[in-house]
Amino acid sequence: MIPEPWAPVVNAVIYLLLAPVVGGLIAGIDRKVTARMQGRVGPPLLQPFYDVGKLFEKENLVVTTTQNFYVLSYLVFMAVSGALFFSGGDMLLVIFAFTLSHIFLVLGAYASYSPYSHVGAERELIQIIAYEPMIIMTAVGMYMVTTSFYVGTIVQSAIPIVLYLPGVFIGYLIVLTIKLRKSPFDLSTSHHAHQELVKGVTTDFAGPNLAKLEIAHWYEYVFLLGVVYLFFAWNPLLAIAAIIIAYFLEILIDNTTSRVKWQMTLRSAWLVAGTLGIINLGVLYYLRMVVVP
Amino acid sequence: MTYLAKSPWIVHYDGSSCNGCDIEVLAALTPIYDVERFGIVNTGNPKHADIFLVTGSVNEKNREIVKNTYDQMPEPKVVVAIGICAATGGIFRECYNVMGGIDKVIPVDVYVPGCAARPESIIDGVVQALGILEAKRKAMNENAGAAAKPAGDAR
Amino acid sequence: MQIVQLLIYLILFPLIAAVFLLFAKKSVERSWIVKISALAIGVVSLYLLVAGFDKGLITYTISGRIFDLAMLVIELVIAVYLLWLGLRHRKYSVVILVLIQAALLLWFEATYGHTIVELPNNLFFDQFSIIMALIIGIIGSLICVYALGYMETYHEHHKDIADRRGMFFFWMFVFLSAMFGLVFSNNLMWILFFWEITTFCSFILIGYSQTAEATNNAFLALAMNMLGGVAFVAALIYITTIDPSGRLLDLGALINSGYAVAIVPAVLICFAGLTKAAQMPFSSWLVGAMVAPTPVSALLHSSTMVKAGVYIIVRFAPVLTGTTEGMMIAMVGGVTFLLTSCMAISQSNAKKVLAYSTIANLGLVVACAGVGTYNLMWVAILLIIFHAIAKSLLFLCVGTVEHRIGSRDIEDMGGLIERMPKLAIMMFIGMAGMFLAPFGMIISKWAAIEAFIQAPFGLIFIIILAFGGSATLFFWSKWMGKIISVMRHQENLESSIKSEKWTVLWILTGLVVVVALIFPLISSALIEPFIMQIYGHTTRLAEANITIMLLMMGLLIIMPFSMLFQSKTPKMAPPYMGGMTTEGGMRYTGSAGVSRNLVLSNYYLRNYFGEERLFMPGTLACWGLILIAFIMVVGVVL
Repeated sequence: MIPEPWAPVVNAVIYLLLAPVVGGLIAGIDRKVTARMQGRVGPPLLQPFYDVGKLFEKENLVVTTTQNFYVLSYLVFMAVSGALFFSGGDMLLVIFAFTLSHIFLVLGAYASYSPYSHVGAERELIQIIAYEPMIIMTAVGMYMVTTSFYVGTIVQSAIPIVLYLPGVFIGYLIVLTIKLRKSPFDLSTSHHAHQELVKGVTTDFAGPNLAKLEIAHWYEYVFLLGVVYLFFAWNPLLAIAAIIIAYFLEILIDNTTSRVKWQMTLRSAWLVAGTLGIINLGVLYYLRMVVVP
Repeated sequence: MTYLAKSPWIVHYDGSSCNGCDIEVLAALTPIYDVERFGIVNTGNPKHADIFLVTGSVNEKNREIVKNTYDQMPEPKVVVAIGICAATGGIFRECYNVMGGIDKVIPVDVYVPGCAARPESIIDGVVQALGILEAKRKAMNENAGAAAKPAGDAR
Repeated sequence: MQIVQLLIYLILFPLIAAVFLLFAKKSVERSWIVKISALAIGVVSLYLLVAGFDKGLITYTISGRIFDLAMLVIELVIAVYLLWLGLRHRKYSVVILVLIQAALLLWFEATYGHTIVELPNNLFFDQFSIIMALIIGIIGSLICVYALGYMETYHEHHKDIADRRGMFFFWMFVFLSAMFGLVFSNNLMWILFFWEITTFCSFILIGYSQTAEATNNAFLALAMNMLGGVAFVAALIYITTIDPSGRLLDLGALINSGYAVAIVPAVLICFAGLTKAAQMPFSSWLVGAMVAPTPVSALLHSSTMVKAGVYIIVRFAPVLTGTTEGMMIAMVGGVTFLLTSCMAISQSNAKKVLAYSTIANLGLVVACAGVGTYNLMWVAILLIIFHAIAKSLLFLCVGTVEHRIGSRDIEDMGGLIERMPKLAIMMFIGMAGMFLAPFGMIISKWAAIEAFIQAPFGLIFIIILAFGGSATLFFWSKWMGKIISVMRHQENLESSIKSEKWTVLWILTGLVVVVALIFPLISSALIEPFIMQIYGHTTRLAEANITIMLLMMGLLIIMPFSMLFQSKTPKMAPPYMGGMTTEGGMRYTGSAGVSRNLVLSNYYLRNYFGEERLFMPGTLACWGLILIAFIMVVGVVL
């Protein structure tokens, strides 16, 4: 057994080491399943690792050297926010670190002053403001159920959180589509080639910089799915099943919908997810504060 | 260790052609051939690409663009000229504005013949290009090793 | 030295400096007076911190009769002057307000002048006063030093504006003096006097350029703040009606006198606070105030004026705790925060963005103070500190940039990192201070969420914070993105900036970082004892979280050094433009061989967040909330 005070640190280290592996595998499964849905064989399961390996073999072509700094910061703070999450840290702090890392990505895109990166950066920002309120409401909802912002406490809670927060959960799944860069909300950059924005925010990153970006995405996947786990934390098996189903749904939505405009993204995220979240939290608040004080 | 051959990403440019070869290039990317099996992705962005597929000939107008696109690809990179127009100018060779094949502007590594080139031969050309890509990577690493300071990035 | 002497010194010294400045004709003289006075004020404010941080609440007896009379006379002189100006400029709303206020004051003096006994404690200070004094004394005087260089360039650029710099600095220092007076006074009559002086100073300074626009906006600011002033006088009259001896004019006594007595004056004075803090129905005066020279804007936004508004609301927060009236005031703040954050998205004028962001952050302070639980008070004070530093830095940066590039439009600030690298980095840090972890404002927002969730009806404010906070993120990030865009072949414009400006800017930049690092110290030495003394218990961030924040800050500080390990000969390529040829980076060959400039512009989402869409609903909602609060107050009175 690991001595108690070191458990968070060990968890964080395990996350830092394993999350890229798990995230890369998720990306591989994603591509495989997507291919099967389109009637193709699809790439090997380890394809994402080959891609990143290859990108590291390539030359680092930059528009400005400041891009290197922004990408590295994006990767580092993404890893930090995930590590904080898995070490059982404060959800709100995790969210702020998560936001910080995304701001670095956006700044990296702005730095190159290319039309495609620029529009990509603007759209990425619109995506951030579209999902941010819902993510904060998720944290607040978890607090209202478990009376703690600490992931470590939430995960040990025996309360079936999802039953108290069904609206928040659905809202979270909607913003998860934005976060996983899945259609219909893959505005700023897309996994699929040939969109009007070339590759949006990532257009002007080449070689190792692009590889770091990809690894940051893997860290991000694991963190985001970790939040899904929290909703079902009282039953780990169920939680893992929920993650698999949720991710499968995301892939299905990705392959069956076409992209919407930013207006629609912002509106649907703020209205649909916001309303579900607000109603859910409002009812919970009413029950907690007024009915059973 | 090399991953280049397992993950060749392409960017496709159409010079002045009849569009026949372009349709065949896209045909190679359809589920029937499913080139993603080999890790091939059509990126549409030279900065992400390893292989530059060019169809059609070079003319006065697109000369700069072909050159520019090539320059924006990070090393190592290869160029595959697809179809007879890309190789020599083809039936447009005598036009007043056509300069000839792609190799008038940028170095070409693989020529895929045909009018239009068949998807199978395009895929074959890309596979041959992978070998050249690998050789170029080795050469690049040796050069970097020969130079006093390590080349490249902030890794 | 006794602390009371420090307090008197801080109130009077700027006044003496101001008088000297009025008569200093040479710019060298003026420069020395300003620098030495600024240093003296800053050092004494720091000394006050050292001498007084562990003293708790202390009150002082200053024999006040003579001062009371002097104050009344000055107030009437100002009233007459404003009356004359109002008539001359045909601003009849101002004329009416001046008449009402003067009439109320005279009637008050005539009716109660003889019944009011002399208050024993006219001056006081506690930890909150120290915090305010530090903000005024350090940031305020830094702004005055900065103004030296700025005003010189200002008059070189605007030959048509009469050079009245002596006057300008006179009023800047009077402003500081009045602010010190406001935060050290325990007598509500005195607070009212200083309150009116700040209104008058801001009126004069906003109208400095004497253009039609400046004059109009100055009168707008005056009218709105006079409205608050009238409410303030009404509060005094109510208090004295209850107790004709005027013992409740003592701020501390009034706050401790309980809901039934204190709520009516509290709401009236908080209404005055709302006007001064430019909350929603009154937000237009602060937005209009950007016509003033930039140091004035910086002063109004960071260390004086609007801070006086929130200061008084925070003072009255214990009275508002748990009351419906307090909730209404908090809601005004909440609505203001949400809507002005959104409106800032639609603005491309840098000063206007800053103005909306100020109003939004003050809204948050008002929301915290209005709900008024102990942990929200803690947040409110933290917000005041962090906002003052970052906002003054940003205003001064924008002012400097404006003089170099001839524009205050964010769209013209593209590639600032190339043209003015040092200044761009300062702006970057200032903006990070406004919205990014682990800097100040985000610490406060975080603490606010954790505090609101324990407060009654706090969920409403959490939702407001979630949406408003993300809007904040949007307008700051896109501005940040604009200045860090690397547009090559730009000429460096930084060399002509004077060294005293650099000094001020570097100090403020350092403060943004340092205060974010040492805020736990500030919290335990100043804020927590203050909260403790009022509520009996206090709050702080969890220690583990503070450690993590510090680690993050450390990481953020070392990250830029990764640039040192980069290849010295990086492989460069122009930005991707669909294969289009780019010459020298920012030009490309368009159709028919025409060479064109590449121009990229930010999103402003005006159809969603435009002023014309959000301003009216916000104004109506906030008037509604204020009306409800007033109706409830009338209920209490009857």
